[in-house]
Amino acid sequence: MIEFESVSKTYPGPTAAVSEFSLTVPSHRTVVLVGSSGSGKSTLLRMVNRMVDPTGGRVLIDDEDVRDRDPVALRRSIGYVLQNGGLMPHWTVLDNVATVPVLTGTPKRQARLAAKELLERVGLDPAMGRRYPGQLSGGQQQRVGVARALATDPNILLMDEPFGAVDPIMRRELQEELLRLQTELHKTILFVTHDIDEAFLLGDEVVVLREGGQIAQRGTPAEILAAPADDFVRGFTGVDRAERTLSTMEVDGRTIAVDGTGRPVGVFAP
Amino acid sequence: MSLFLDALSWLGDGANWTGPDGVPTRVLQHLAITAAVVGISAAVALPAGVLIGHSRRGAGVVGALTGAARAIPTLGLLTMLGLALGIGLLAPMLALVVLAIPSVLAGAYAGVQAVDPATTGAAKAIGMSSRQVVFRVELPLASPVIIGGLRAATLQVVATATLAAYTADFGLGRYLFTGLKSREYAEMLAGALLVAVLALLLELALATAQRQAAVRLAAPGRNPSQRTPDTREKEPA
Repeated sequence: MIEFESVSKTYPGPTAAVSEFSLTVPSHRTVVLVGSSGSGKSTLLRMVNRMVDPTGGRVLIDDEDVRDRDPVALRRSIGYVLQNGGLMPHWTVLDNVATVPVLTGTPKRQARLAAKELLERVGLDPAMGRRYPGQLSGGQQQRVGVARALATDPNILLMDEPFGAVDPIMRRELQEELLRLQTELHKTILFVTHDIDEAFLLGDEVVVLREGGQIAQRGTPAEILAAPADDFVRGFTGVDRAERTLSTMEVDGRTIAVDGTGRPVGVFAP
Repeated sequence: MSLFLDALSWLGDGANWTGPDGVPTRVLQHLAITAAVVGISAAVALPAGVLIGHSRRGAGVVGALTGAARAIPTLGLLTMLGLALGIGLLAPMLALVVLAIPSVLAGAYAGVQAVDPATTGAAKAIGMSSRQVVFRVELPLASPVIIGGLRAATLQVVATATLAAYTADFGLGRYLFTGLKSREYAEMLAGALLVAVLALLLELALATAQRQAAVRLAAPGRNPSQRTPDTREKEPA
């Protein structure tokens, strides 16, 4: 469980990056922070592994203030997936996946063997382990990034716009893969994105942020879609957009769904 | 042309290849002072440059320092140090260290500073200590540029180390100074040729080292045809 207790982060300048933000991320759930740039979502995520220290308030992991933890040990205990993979370009894929276990003293051989299994787990050919990150596609690099984050079997996964830089088809595949992994692994996932569709797809709970880390609304995707709190959420989630305002139509005795522009988008199951 | 032939015949004369003033001794002396100077410069400038590149602080100091140091005329500095410290190797070594430090410092700083901050940031975020980020990520990735700095410094030092003979009976510069004094221009030219050959050989060796660092440490896999199989990867599949 991750708890933010009225955390703030101010940099020199007029506006605070985050002010008085409180949130509980329950264990084994996926919570998605969604907002545009300047919403402080990445800052909040980076507070969990102390890449950023709050200027006010506390962040707790299982009731322990992260500030009492050694930053290096803390970071090794948390899986972290970055936007551009963040892989070490001069190491093989296998060595990248095995990074943290090797740092914490697992024998190299054993760590590499485990890394091979992890590659399979995230849907990569283990033979790819001998390649270097530069020889992989963006989507494959992201899978390696996920495998690396899982290498120590951490309870918590932090994902900072992990699929933001890959093409839409690959992104969809990676999202499905993450959903599949989560049904097996039950990690506590804090996920950051600016893509509301991604948030609704992945999040058990979604937190819509406006500027300065202010929570505009939080709830399950269904709750947010059914009752957007205000115009900001309405605009951000696009509930008024044509593709989200669906209605039904009868055609030859079957019910089909059409969007706001009258374009058919699906058929209701009989 | 005849001077050139005279120089070659001087080099061909077996008498010049023996004894304490013979070519092998002088070459070894020359190499020794070059190695010592580059070694001392590296001991001073590499940690400083890496630290500045790692912290990304003090870049202005590097620029000012290297610019100023490069503007110092080595012969003038040597004369001044020689007057202060007297005859011996100390004065030329100090002057040469001042000559070598800017290149080494600039190479170390530029190499580390050029490592993608996203890579070092990721290394830190997944749990590497600062030390591990430096030794496992920044140094390997910066190694070609760092070796480039050492290469530039070595080249300057091996050519300028002839000045060691100004205050000491040491190195290939001796042929230049005695040749000049006794108007033995063939000996002078022979000495100069030896320095040039030595410089070329060192350049060749360090260029190879730089390329190897690029292929093995900084960017393995960039060019698979050149990559030698990594023995560490041999394990039961």
